[in-house]
Amino acid sequence: MTATPWLVWKSLANRRLSAGLALLSIALAVTLLLGVERLRNDARSGFANTLSGTDLVVGARSGPVQLLLYSVFRMGDATNDIRWQSLETIAAQPLVKWVIPLSLGDSYRGYRVLGTDLRYFEHYRYGDRQPLAFADGKAFGEVFEAVLGAEVADALGHRIGDRIALSHGTGRASLNGHADKPFTVVGILARTGTPVDRTVHVRLQAIEAIHLDWTGGAPIPGLGLSAEETRKFDLSPKRVTAALVGLKSRAGVFRVQRFINEFRDEPLLAILPGATLQQLWGLFGIAERALLAISGLVVAVGLAGLVAVLVASLGERRRELAILRSLGAGPRQIFLLLASESLVLAIAGSALGVAMLYALVAALGPWLGARYGLTLGLYGLQPREWLLLAAVLAAALASSTVPALRAYRMSVADGMTIRI
Amino acid sequence: MAEDALQVADLRYRWPGQAPCLEIGRFSIAAGEHVFLHGPSGSGKSTLLALVGGVVLPERGTLQVLGTSLASLRPAARDRFRADRLGIVFQLFNLLPYLSALDNITLACRFSGARRQRAGDVSAEARRLARRLDLDDGVLARTASSLSVGQQQRVAAARALIGSPALIVADEPTSALDAQRQCGFIDLLMAECAHAGSALLFVSHDLRLARRFARTVSLDEINRAGGAQG
Repeated sequence: MTATPWLVWKSLANRRLSAGLALLSIALAVTLLLGVERLRNDARSGFANTLSGTDLVVGARSGPVQLLLYSVFRMGDATNDIRWQSLETIAAQPLVKWVIPLSLGDSYRGYRVLGTDLRYFEHYRYGDRQPLAFADGKAFGEVFEAVLGAEVADALGHRIGDRIALSHGTGRASLNGHADKPFTVVGILARTGTPVDRTVHVRLQAIEAIHLDWTGGAPIPGLGLSAEETRKFDLSPKRVTAALVGLKSRAGVFRVQRFINEFRDEPLLAILPGATLQQLWGLFGIAERALLAISGLVVAVGLAGLVAVLVASLGERRRELAILRSLGAGPRQIFLLLASESLVLAIAGSALGVAMLYALVAALGPWLGARYGLTLGLYGLQPREWLLLAAVLAAALASSTVPALRAYRMSVADGMTIRI
Repeated sequence: MAEDALQVADLRYRWPGQAPCLEIGRFSIAAGEHVFLHGPSGSGKSTLLALVGGVVLPERGTLQVLGTSLASLRPAARDRFRADRLGIVFQLFNLLPYLSALDNITLACRFSGARRQRAGDVSAEARRLARRLDLDDGVLARTASSLSVGQQQRVAAARALIGSPALIVADEPTSALDAQRQCGFIDLLMAECAHAGSALLFVSHDLRLARRFARTVSLDEINRAGGAQG
């Protein structure tokens, strides 16, 4: 019996190319399977963690998912604004504790610019009701001051005191600039793993100021106001894109929602962010399951490749099996030998797959975060991931019986007869 | 060691779905005896070897190897018996190509605790046998696939001999060697068998080799089965 592990090792080492390729295919399949699972998980928790403590999101009447996407995830654009007046009416409701105005539409080198006020830094919560914190500097005070999300500052290498020029619209290469009215970076937020990291925050008044000399989405020819000159105008906001609403008690949420949805002065929409997140996730759910199913199939292909390699090698190894039989190896030992070979390859392949997953997460995680806002964590294997690994190994165990049974039958039929 | 190395009486065997290929009335090998069994191809020698090795069981009659009736043993015990008591040398391709010559020799001891015990220091014993068979240490370190055929056969002989099994079975072990080396190999094999006190059943179609043996038996004469094959 002691001969088996040693022979497994020697025999595999002898066929290191084919065995290595089979191992690699399993490793890649496992990386893919766990990668998809991890991406799914991290995307889901990243989504769910984006906003907390907000009871209602208010915007112009459109679809709930669309409202959530542009107000919270900075994806897509609003179809319409809401009046400042409406916001003040809502804020005055007895059940309402706070309102955070959000004004979107400009960008800074591909990052969205958010016009808001100090209530944002005070009431905005993400993850497990964590408040925003400053990594450096402080909140904006003057009109032309900006607070950068962690990602923006990191990616563009900005520090406190830097001057930045915003662009009109949300395209990365927007030609219409606001270069005539530069902003000074006064604060940089600590990393949150949410879209806040990819946002440039300015005062609502700043949004008004940079658009003073604009009309219909283009600068008014001949009317170029300098930053200094804008101070003479009334910069109090007239319209915003959306608002986050916090209530004194969650119990009143449906009452306030109904009040907003039936708002008399203009058509508004109030959504419960949690419920809409669920809805949004439901949309991704199908794609997500399909992705997982495909990676499951890739694992099956990898295992089939492993079985094929081992079965194909049996033809050449008939002689080897006969020699082992002549030395006293029983058919059962032959079975064990072949089964262990597949299992060793599957286990080593899975281990390599996990290692590759972590290497990949470590290497690509920051890029994915910067580019797609997907935060991939370098945490240990989760229960579900262990379960998937166990499933892979169980499938490997089951498929290992194919070459093993064949070898068993061959060694019973051939005995010690050496057939070439 | 008093019992015969091999005792056959009224033996008959047929491969599934075929006519009987082996029918032997009486044949025996004494303990420590060296016998040349002459069997041209098709005389049923492979079948006889499979029976001696306990890989197949006689359809009728008795076959005792070293006093033990293999038919009375369970399959696992037969495998164990073969590992412990028999040394087998094949015609060709005796070795696992990916193991070193030394590992190939000691492989026999890995499957048998009894042979491991009898060998004592397995590695030292393997080297001693190898030296007796004209294999130097440089050869032992090389993988089997890089050895010449003659070296491979001597490594195979050393593997059969290690741990002194009471019966050595050699199936055409010299057919891949040239005439000069054939005699040298047989002399070495017989000398080592004598040293270990092992009986030797040397099977070959080549009668020229029989001169070196005290006793020659023709399988054609003792096998009464007609359409013998293999």
